[in-house]
Amino acid sequence: MATLTMGKPQMMRRPLLGWTIHDGLVVARRNLIQTVRIPEMLFFSLVQPVIFVLLFAYVFGGAIPIPGDAGADAYRNYLMPGIFGQTVAFAAAASTVGLAEDMHKGIIDRFRALPMSPPAVLVGRTLADAVRQILVLFVLSITGFIVGWRISNGLLPAIGAYALLLLFAYTVAWIGSWVGLHMPNPETANTAGLAWLFPLTFLSNAFVPISSMPTWLQAFAAYNPVSTVVLASRELFGNPTGIQPDYWPLQHASLYTLISCAVLIAIFATLAVRKYTRTTSR
Amino acid sequence: MGSAYACLDVRMTRDLAVHAEGLVRTFGDVRALDGIDLTVERGQVVGLLGPNGAGKTTTVRILSTLLAPTEGRATVAGFDVVKQADEVRRSIGLTGQYAAIDEYLTGRENLRMFGGLYHLSPKYVKERSEELLDWFDLSDAADRPAKTYSGGMRRRLDLAASLVAQPSILFLDEPTTGLDPRSRLGLWDVINNLVAQGTTVLLTTQYLEEADQLAQDIVVIDHGRVIAHGTSEQLKDQIGGDRIEITVSDASRIDDAVRAVRSVSAGEPLVEESRVSAPVSGGSTVLVNAIRALDADGIEVSDLVLRRPTLDDVFMSLTGHAAEDETTAAKPAKGRRGRGSK
Repeated sequence: MATLTMGKPQMMRRPLLGWTIHDGLVVARRNLIQTVRIPEMLFFSLVQPVIFVLLFAYVFGGAIPIPGDAGADAYRNYLMPGIFGQTVAFAAAASTVGLAEDMHKGIIDRFRALPMSPPAVLVGRTLADAVRQILVLFVLSITGFIVGWRISNGLLPAIGAYALLLLFAYTVAWIGSWVGLHMPNPETANTAGLAWLFPLTFLSNAFVPISSMPTWLQAFAAYNPVSTVVLASRELFGNPTGIQPDYWPLQHASLYTLISCAVLIAIFATLAVRKYTRTTSR
Repeated sequence: MGSAYACLDVRMTRDLAVHAEGLVRTFGDVRALDGIDLTVERGQVVGLLGPNGAGKTTTVRILSTLLAPTEGRATVAGFDVVKQADEVRRSIGLTGQYAAIDEYLTGRENLRMFGGLYHLSPKYVKERSEELLDWFDLSDAADRPAKTYSGGMRRRLDLAASLVAQPSILFLDEPTTGLDPRSRLGLWDVINNLVAQGTTVLLTTQYLEEADQLAQDIVVIDHGRVIAHGTSEQLKDQIGGDRIEITVSDASRIDDAVRAVRSVSAGEPLVEESRVSAPVSGGSTVLVNAIRALDADGIEVSDLVLRRPTLDDVFMSLTGHAAEDETTAAKPAKGRRGRGSK
């Protein structure tokens, strides 16, 4: 057996934040390579929202009237941003399961025993899960286009809508990561990680107008960031929005989305990083 | 004058690769470590020997900054494992019981990722990865996801990943557990090679043979405490010289055999099923006396030997139980009980 001959390496020096970004990108790259290596998982994460589009467009669509817009394609144009919002919200589940799996395996011990920036494992996870949503949104947009959805407000606002959706995906990925760190094993993460997402996405304007809900529920739905990111997307894509009840978030959908994303990231990134540095695997 | 002593103290700690004092770690009511003292000099190979649950892994996890001690303190490469965790991490490599690699990444991608996370220059990481892949005989498999690797290959990749930054101290937690004999020998070869190049190694094992093969210095721990410490030879001398070992043909006569052995032995006999062994002094005359004693009682013997003690004997005489005994005892019974009682 040959001997190792290379000289001792020099470790590079950089400010802490620089390393957090550097290490976060290294981990994100790893998570994205995983996505490519497990094409089945990517495939099924695309199939589900596509099925939702078809289900709502053709099965429920005719039964849900959109106040203020009576066109034939009204519901499909109303629906697509709702599906976008719901789908990116479910990006949180991937973070939960992915992180629960990492914590369960030996690899987390190696990460911890490296001189890397501790939050990087979480930064990389959330970044990769948000980036993956670019592909998901692309496939969904094509599907939407086929069933009759149109962007009718110009290119720049549409880009703004996609950007907001991705910011929202990044936000819920942090919440999902925090949930994942509390899971005892990947199996539990698979069920518990999804549980909170159903009420969150359905108690919103994603599929039905808020004005059709009982008053007590309207308040919850109006302050639910899922509603505002969906409403903001509808406005930016130039899709029908329905008639909005008088709540501040619904009058300033884009602004409220930006603020709530910033607040939620600040809260859950702090909680998740703290939980991560305190938890030992197994 | 006190400062001179303090200075000396610091220098001594710096010269030691590992220095732990009174390490205690509790998990709820369980006292996993009950005051471990440990010293490893630079360039030394120390084996931490003990059964499952003895506290080996907990010790390594504390020394590699994965776990904080409840009490006591430890320095690795001269740095405090709690207060200077990052400096410790720059100086060590860790290979655990489970291959800590990403199975969806290829071997090469794994090494490059860990190199990047060690904050080494991309150029260095690239060259070092190739060197390690070559050295660990993984070049042909370098572009296959680690998922497709055999157990031995994974363990080699895992060890390679620990070596990307050329750590001066290497922690190996049961490096060969679960490997077939050939892979085990291969890994021993690698470890011996690293040691020859000056790497300090602290390894844990429950295989006495492994500690005997690799380590110059052996620390035996049980129930979270150090119960013996020394070279393999010293430990063997500690329980006396040669041992006589007798296997009886009829296991029901084991008690008579024990009596016969006791009449010639220099210490308390140990019984395992139909075999009884005991330390003796006096060389081959003991054998003759033993045969006479057995013959007088009419005990038939299927095997009778006089041999140097193994570490197994050391462990037995120190703890009162075999090294691997507790492994089976500690594991919960597999399968569901009371399936028939519907």
